[in-house]
Amino acid sequence: MTTSTSLVYLIALPLLGATILLLAGRRSDKWGHLLATALSASSFGVGLYQLSQMLNRPTEERGVSQKLFSWISVGSFNVDAGLLLDQLSICFVLLITGVGTLIHIYSISYMSHDENRRRFFAYLNLFIAAMLLLVLGDSYLNLYVGWEGVGLASYLLIGFWNQKPAYATASKKAFVMNRVGDMGLSFAIMIAFATLGTVSFSGVEEASHTASKAALTAIGIMLLVAATGKSAQFPLQAWLGDAMAGPTPVSALIHAATMVTAGVYLIVRSNFIFDAAPTAQLLVVIVGAITLMFGALVGTAKDDIKKALAASTMSQIGYMVLGAGLGPAGYAFAIMHLLTHGFFKAGMFLGAGSVMHGMNDQVDMRRYGALRKFMPITFITFGLGYLAIIGVPPFAGFYSKDAIIETAFNAGGVKGILLGGTALLGAAITAFYMTRVMVLTFTSKERWEDNQHPHESPILMWLPMAILAIGSVTTGFLFTRGHALVNWLSPVVGEHAESEEMLLQPMVVSGLALLAVAIGVAIAVMKYQRADVETVAPQNVSIFTRIARKDLMQDSFNEAVFMRPGQALTSLLVKGDENVVDGAVRGIGRTALGAGASLRKTQTGFARSYAALILIGAIALIAGIWVVTQ
Amino acid sequence: MTFTAPVLNYAQLAPMLIVLGGALIGVLIEAFGPRASRHASQLFITVASLVAAFAALVRVRNQSSVDAAMGSVGFDGAGVLLQGTILIIALLSVFLIADQENFTALAAAVPGSSEERESLQLDLRVTEVYPLTLFAVAGMLLFPVSTDLITLFVALEMLSLPLYLMAGLSRRRRLMSQESALKYFLLGAFSSAFLLFGVAYLYGYSNSVTFAGIQASITGGSGNDVFLLLGIAFISVGLLFKVGAVPFHAWSPDVYQGAPTAITGFMAAATKVAAFGAILRIFYVAFANAEWQWKPALVLIAIVTMVFGSVVAITQRDVKRMLAYSSIAHAGFLLAGVIALSKSGLDASIFYLFAYGIATVGAFGVVTLVRDSAGEVTDLNRWSGLGKRSPLVASVFAFFLLAFAGIPLTSGFIGKFSIFSAAYETGSTAILIAGVLSSAIAAFFYIRVIVLMFFKDPVEDGTSVVIPSALTTTTIAVTSLITLILGIFPAPLINFIESSAFFIR
Repeated sequence: MTTSTSLVYLIALPLLGATILLLAGRRSDKWGHLLATALSASSFGVGLYQLSQMLNRPTEERGVSQKLFSWISVGSFNVDAGLLLDQLSICFVLLITGVGTLIHIYSISYMSHDENRRRFFAYLNLFIAAMLLLVLGDSYLNLYVGWEGVGLASYLLIGFWNQKPAYATASKKAFVMNRVGDMGLSFAIMIAFATLGTVSFSGVEEASHTASKAALTAIGIMLLVAATGKSAQFPLQAWLGDAMAGPTPVSALIHAATMVTAGVYLIVRSNFIFDAAPTAQLLVVIVGAITLMFGALVGTAKDDIKKALAASTMSQIGYMVLGAGLGPAGYAFAIMHLLTHGFFKAGMFLGAGSVMHGMNDQVDMRRYGALRKFMPITFITFGLGYLAIIGVPPFAGFYSKDAIIETAFNAGGVKGILLGGTALLGAAITAFYMTRVMVLTFTSKERWEDNQHPHESPILMWLPMAILAIGSVTTGFLFTRGHALVNWLSPVVGEHAESEEMLLQPMVVSGLALLAVAIGVAIAVMKYQRADVETVAPQNVSIFTRIARKDLMQDSFNEAVFMRPGQALTSLLVKGDENVVDGAVRGIGRTALGAGASLRKTQTGFARSYAALILIGAIALIAGIWVVTQ
Repeated sequence: MTFTAPVLNYAQLAPMLIVLGGALIGVLIEAFGPRASRHASQLFITVASLVAAFAALVRVRNQSSVDAAMGSVGFDGAGVLLQGTILIIALLSVFLIADQENFTALAAAVPGSSEERESLQLDLRVTEVYPLTLFAVAGMLLFPVSTDLITLFVALEMLSLPLYLMAGLSRRRRLMSQESALKYFLLGAFSSAFLLFGVAYLYGYSNSVTFAGIQASITGGSGNDVFLLLGIAFISVGLLFKVGAVPFHAWSPDVYQGAPTAITGFMAAATKVAAFGAILRIFYVAFANAEWQWKPALVLIAIVTMVFGSVVAITQRDVKRMLAYSSIAHAGFLLAGVIALSKSGLDASIFYLFAYGIATVGAFGVVTLVRDSAGEVTDLNRWSGLGKRSPLVASVFAFFLLAFAGIPLTSGFIGKFSIFSAAYETGSTAILIAGVLSSAIAAFFYIRVIVLMFFKDPVEDGTSVVIPSALTTTTIAVTSLITLILGIFPAPLINFIESSAFFIR
């Protein structure tokens, strides 16, 4: 593989920005945001340069690598800190730095009244650097460093306004739930190391041809756990909605375009594992299908514009995971949907931020309405994103989502029908809830609170929105023209395999999808455009609406399934430590001394019970050795 | 009857002799030195003898002999590495001890007596802690290089007795401190008796007290196997007690909590290095050929220790108790290196001991900084929001916790990684699985503290972070730096350990 010495600049530039801004402190308040934006943009420049270099090389030599230093060498085991830029990672590099730079620009204006703006930009740069490390690492271990890094940066950013208690709680929830996922990744790495003896992508790929299926399945399942944590997939999805407490540009960058898609990257990057472990792959599809429905249903009941968008993100990533779980037929489509989604969802989040900016930080859509007239640019850019997400041709989402639905239908047998049906139904619900957002915010009658003076946002805010809107119009067409993206990615994810017999022809699938979308839109328009909308969410609603409002009971579920048993287990163990040992000793003592011994308060710390424990341990040890020796 | 004069290799014994000499000078200063300058001169003597001992150790680092002291002390690469680690940790701990705020004014005074009040008013200082530290360090230096059972026992007592006293020196909550000291003493004496008992059985088995002699008997296989079994079991009890392995762990939470924090840090880090050094030597040298007898039992102890330490730590409400349970869990991880019984297991164990010891001193150093008007605050609930009040101190502590948890870019990660891979290479899959699972559980309670510090609101009850003294700052800075560097560039140290760690037989 070609080596390069310039890959490190991709990461070093934003990292330099974060370092300068954090070290310089208040001194850099005046120019910090400009420096951060410039460095993010130059990283994007390096990315473009790398792309041009890559295009000049023949297909098989496109990947480049750079060894930074030897990280761990224990006996026969070596891990280098190394970077790898291939056809898959360049897509992410350009998405992260491109969308990232736009969001930097947007934030200059959005955060202009915040006295800690410099710190915010330092964290943004830190995030960009960590995310680039995640997608550029050449081994699971290097990826893990970036994986933890984006985690850290995202807690800093979600909790940025941490003077508000609810925000700090949200940040904590994200932190804890992500730990579960991270644990999955570290298990995957350890299992890979234990069974394959290597953790580099190339090494694992090579070893996967000869490794046992059981080991690969275990690694695959652990990678899936990692992906569900980072990408807010079922059953670790609960944190994403709460994470919306952070500043809106953060939601656009982290919770729409980049970090939450890291799980999809992980699965696609590990294609060689999942292809060899069908059980793990099946679980991936199931998780994707459940989440896409889950997110869509939650989205129908949210009145908070950002939470509605968050639910939609969850659902769209569900589509990507579903695509990635369909194997070589779906990897490229998953990435395509990821990229188009990066454009339109980031654009819509920025649009939501623009609306909030004009409405005194109001987030309740029941208090919006008729904003089309007052925020025309926001309306148009948001509208283009909306058309893209519901999948109207020729907007980007149409191409990418359609491809996933079609691949799902053609997965074969009952599985294909079930998955395709779910994806299709999800598309209809997506159309419904996104239309609801659109209508409630922009086209219905005004339901503002007093003293609202909605106004269009300044150019620094709407320019990034406009650029992203152009992306959400054109990218789908560009990626599919001549199977551009599919062919581009095939050296990394394997040749795209069309299934032998198609259940449904592409035209039929597109027709069905458009029909589903039309139904969804029609219902939403009837329900919200024609009828009056109440400013306070009605309470006398069906049980289904109530459940959906409560995020399909995800918190109660977590509490019942994870929290309570966990608490019970630990308190049991502690009781065991405190009472059983001491109790047993007291019991023995009482039996020996007869009734003379009086009951003592349950209290630990008696040196004699500790000594008795040592004695019991010693006897057990002797007995153990005895049994083994005999 | 002829009398042969003992032949001693003074160059190789120099590190221990220098430390002992320093301790004796310290005793003389206690007796005759003027009170006003006692603290300064004691600190100087202590630091100087530790540095001189380290220099002496560096000078003889490439030598090795079975006969440093008539077959009782062996001198080899692993011994040098362990002694060096102990000296570095001791020096860093002395910097923490020098911050006298945590120590009682007069150790002999009865808590609550008029004598104690008077000594507080006079602003007396306990300076006897310095010679005590040096005596303990001398014992710790001898412990991992002892090559016969009698020397092993003497070293054990030499390091333990000063520690019992030091545990009772806390300035605040003196009753608790003295209770912990007494408890430590009673249980320590109990476990020493086990060790001594084991020595007797092994002598009965092999007619020898040297490791080499025991090894030869086991290879020859002529002795009474019941004696060997009892001997290994009883010696193990004595040694496992010192490292706090389950079920011989019960003392450690109480003692960790009761002892002055600086002493806890020293004890947790240096004792563990010394005791694991001794365990490694005795199991790798003397008992290696009886592997099939002790391995299954030790595997079980290791697994139970890891899981128990990690799980019980979750519910702790006191930061020192939590660190105690964490150190129990770490003892389990370290046992994995003993069980591996291979060169890579030895390398990994030494690296782990160094990394863990350094991080432990640093973590306890941070604990000494969080105080209110009544002294250190160790109740975890009162640590909430610390990250908002003192971001730097909280971040450093969080960093140490991440190192304990074994997150990448910290020394803990490299340590865990290498020790588990050594265990795996030798086929201990059960250890690997238990290790990974309990690290996951352990990560959870470290994370819980981080969440508490950074994501919760500060409590307004007078808890604050004091400005650390220059010496404490040095310790915390050096330990965190080493922890970070070992996480990013561990290769030089790993290579150094690889090339020099071996046991002379």
